[in-house]
Amino acid sequence: MDPADEPAAGDERHATRVGLVLVTVYCLLYAGFIGLAAFGGDLLKTLRPLAGVNLAVLYGLALIVAALVLAAVYMRACRRRGDG
Amino acid sequence: MLSQTSPLAVAIFAFFVAVVLGLSFWLGRHARSSQGYFAAHGTIPWFVNGIAFAGDYLSAASFLGICGMIAFYGYDGFLYSIGYLAGWVVALFVIAEPMKRLGRFTFADALDAKFDSRGIKLAAAASTLVISVFYLIPQMVGAGALIKPLLGLEHYWGVTIVGVTVVIIVATAGMVSTTWVQFIKGSLLVVFCLVLVVMILVRGLTIDPYGKDGHRFRVLAEADAVAGATILPAAAEWAGKPYVRAQGVDGVVAVWRREADGRLSECQTFKVSKDKLTRIANGRPQGIGPGTGDLHPIGHLAALPGGVAATGPLSPTAFLSTVQDSTVVLWAKEEIKHPDGAITTVWSQKPTPGADLMAPGQHPLFKGIRGELPLVDPAKPATRTAWWQALWSRVDFISLMLALFCGTASLPHILIRYYTVKDQASARKSTVVGIAAIGFFYVLTLFLGLGAMTSGMLDPTDTNMSAPLLAKSFGTLPFAIISAIAFTTVLGTVSGLIMAASGAIVHDVMTNFLKIGLDDAGKVRAGKIAAVAVGVVAMWLGIQFAKVNVNFLVGWAFNIAASANLPALLMLLFWKGTTKQGITWAVVVGMVSSLAWILLSGPTFKDVYGIDAARSPVPFSQPGILTIPLGFAVLVVVSLLTRRRTGA
Repeated sequence: MDPADEPAAGDERHATRVGLVLVTVYCLLYAGFIGLAAFGGDLLKTLRPLAGVNLAVLYGLALIVAALVLAAVYMRACRRRGDG
Repeated sequence: MLSQTSPLAVAIFAFFVAVVLGLSFWLGRHARSSQGYFAAHGTIPWFVNGIAFAGDYLSAASFLGICGMIAFYGYDGFLYSIGYLAGWVVALFVIAEPMKRLGRFTFADALDAKFDSRGIKLAAAASTLVISVFYLIPQMVGAGALIKPLLGLEHYWGVTIVGVTVVIIVATAGMVSTTWVQFIKGSLLVVFCLVLVVMILVRGLTIDPYGKDGHRFRVLAEADAVAGATILPAAAEWAGKPYVRAQGVDGVVAVWRREADGRLSECQTFKVSKDKLTRIANGRPQGIGPGTGDLHPIGHLAALPGGVAATGPLSPTAFLSTVQDSTVVLWAKEEIKHPDGAITTVWSQKPTPGADLMAPGQHPLFKGIRGELPLVDPAKPATRTAWWQALWSRVDFISLMLALFCGTASLPHILIRYYTVKDQASARKSTVVGIAAIGFFYVLTLFLGLGAMTSGMLDPTDTNMSAPLLAKSFGTLPFAIISAIAFTTVLGTVSGLIMAASGAIVHDVMTNFLKIGLDDAGKVRAGKIAAVAVGVVAMWLGIQFAKVNVNFLVGWAFNIAASANLPALLMLLFWKGTTKQGITWAVVVGMVSSLAWILLSGPTFKDVYGIDAARSPVPFSQPGILTIPLGFAVLVVVSLLTRRRTGA
């Protein structure tokens, strides 16, 4: 295990703050999806923005990819702090 | 549907399961102390632990349930994929590291680290037990669904085999070997599902009105459909139904449905007598051989875009857009109750535009979320009812998505895995690896489900068997391998859950609450006895819930987990005013209220008690939207009250 990965107390607070920001971003994305599905009429079904695939599928896939992207951002943010 | 057994499939299956079990015994042979039994000595490498997260999480429900739901209802199954993964964001960003700082063995430890309260220990142990058991039921049901097409055995055999095997695993090895089982099966599951998706895309979409048994479902003009047959009168229980029953010269009764254009479409029927001993499939006694009959496998396309008969290999996006522009034949299901207590289930063809299938709202539960909320005309009470129905199905939908989002971080067997690596950085890395593997898998589920929907292999009586039957459409080898992986998936998840439950009983209830002085060997022995007891209860429940889609059951487990555990966890981590009474009451109220709501909801009335769903006293089935905020409210109020009292 790389010793730089061991967080000190300040880094833990930093990690918590970054985590809360990222989870807020994701909440907004997720809420957008729920809102569109529940109150957006047929938008998810009828809009086909990319390669003939409808918005319901694209938004769903985007939510999965977004989780991974945010996780990577979180890792980097925590690690950079640990190195510095 | 009956299944024929292939010796090759059984041999491959047995080999796979034996290898995985052998490995887990071998890897777990050093776990002897209680620290090693319950938390794997905190020594599992982070990458292995990350894939094991995926192994834990990608349960039979994820695999079998989501595929089955997509295969029968389209996009609505994918909602679960989205929600399950979204929950990981909460787990990683908010819960993972503070949890690791606070706890050692169980969820209750983490909650109790600040307070050392017996009330918290008991409440948290109770919620761990309830959630574990609710989560165990669908795993057991899934095991039955796997065994049936593979070995041709009845559902309860699958449940029993899994139960016994897991109890042996858990009773002999503990956490080290369950982690390795999860790692091996997590990797295999993702890799083989990828292979299966590639095979689906290469096969493309084909119009094949004949199912895999060579039967063609017909839609005919009335004169052609009933030529030479005697029309039976629409007696009592058939009165007012859109069905025409035609008895042929051989005495076999065929059921047709009268469509809007006056033509008749062929139905499938399955009649089970009250004592469940007589089963009539499509008018003949169910069986294999002359004079008997069986249900025909379903899952075919009625039309492809451009009028072609086959698309050839498709890219992933072309596959999705082609399904959107196709017409898929789904099957509507209706139960006819006879005066003698027998029940006939009638399935009728329902050609459905792909565009409808590829957006939320096909599942009966979410039917009302399509389109705008209907306008209310005060003069017509019916419009008011329609408005309320549309509103409640939206609330149900939002509530489910909320529970999935909040539930992951609150599942006891997910939290326990934070303790199997040595520090926060490793826990963080494990979770990222877990998210990558799980997210990738959930993208695959969409293709697997749609592939199953058009495979011509589905069993109309059981959504849970769709994934293995899809594999069967590619041949015996993929079928045996996928079944074996899914079976080890069940084994792995069930082991993890039983570990969590037995940890709760021994560590929280016996040692910390009842203060029974157990030495190290005594704890391990008590853990094993508890594991056997929980296993037996889960087997019994798994047999009772055989017909419910496993994913639906898991959704409920998430509701309970989110309602009982999340308010306590979050407030403990982020609000200094939290008191021990606040936590105890929040866990108890969240658990009891969500459980009660579920037991009173329409689907439970219909599928478990056999009562009309309309008599359910609660307007929607997923309690999360009410009970999660309720848990927070109780925690805050009780905390404020008890803090003032201690301050005075």
